[in-house]
Amino acid sequence: MNISAIDEFVAAFIILVGSMMSFLSAVGIIRFPDVYTRAHAATKSSTLAVLLTLSGVFLYFWLNESLISVRLLLGIIFVFITAPVSGHLILRAAYRSNVKLTETTSEDELKSALENKNNDE
Amino acid sequence: MITIMLTTSLSLFALSIAIALYRIIRGPSMPDRAVGLDMIAVNLVSGIAVFSILLQTKVFLDVILILGILAWIGTIAFTKFIERGSIVEYKRDR
Repeated sequence: MNISAIDEFVAAFIILVGSMMSFLSAVGIIRFPDVYTRAHAATKSSTLAVLLTLSGVFLYFWLNESLISVRLLLGIIFVFITAPVSGHLILRAAYRSNVKLTETTSEDELKSALENKNNDE
Repeated sequence: MITIMLTTSLSLFALSIAIALYRIIRGPSMPDRAVGLDMIAVNLVSGIAVFSILLQTKVFLDVILILGILAWIGTIAFTKFIERGSIVEYKRDR
């Protein structure tokens, strides 16, 4: 196994770990009880999965063809910024449109906070 | 060896997309479907990146950037639609 094969193996291993993260988040999206926990699974581990995968691809092209792809770096930064934002927007829309929390929820802090704000005004 | 690992990760991404599709069809509320669509876009971006290694080409790296931007704009439009629709129903209740 020469140097190039080891480089390829490292990049492919990072990609494989990223795809396993993606599959774990898919398991979370199918098993969790309500939309809030599902979005927790979908946004956090999906972000990690796509970051690992794109980093692996960037590493592959860097080590094998000595190409530093600026487009791929831009894609990594863009996904890293926008994935938490879209998760937050989805959950805000869900709470504003009165989607029910699951029955095992013990506390809803946002509800009491919103009521206090309305009482102050 | 590399090809086997990349094919395995590609099939895992495809499995994740299938599960997210199940959540879109089955999902009890509209934000569930938004979560599923967001997840399909993210997995599609990763799958295209792996595919560009398998095909030994660099032209798909443009597609990654464009697809990321379009998926983000689509998710934001979808959440705006969900939120505004609920505000209309809220006024109708009173």
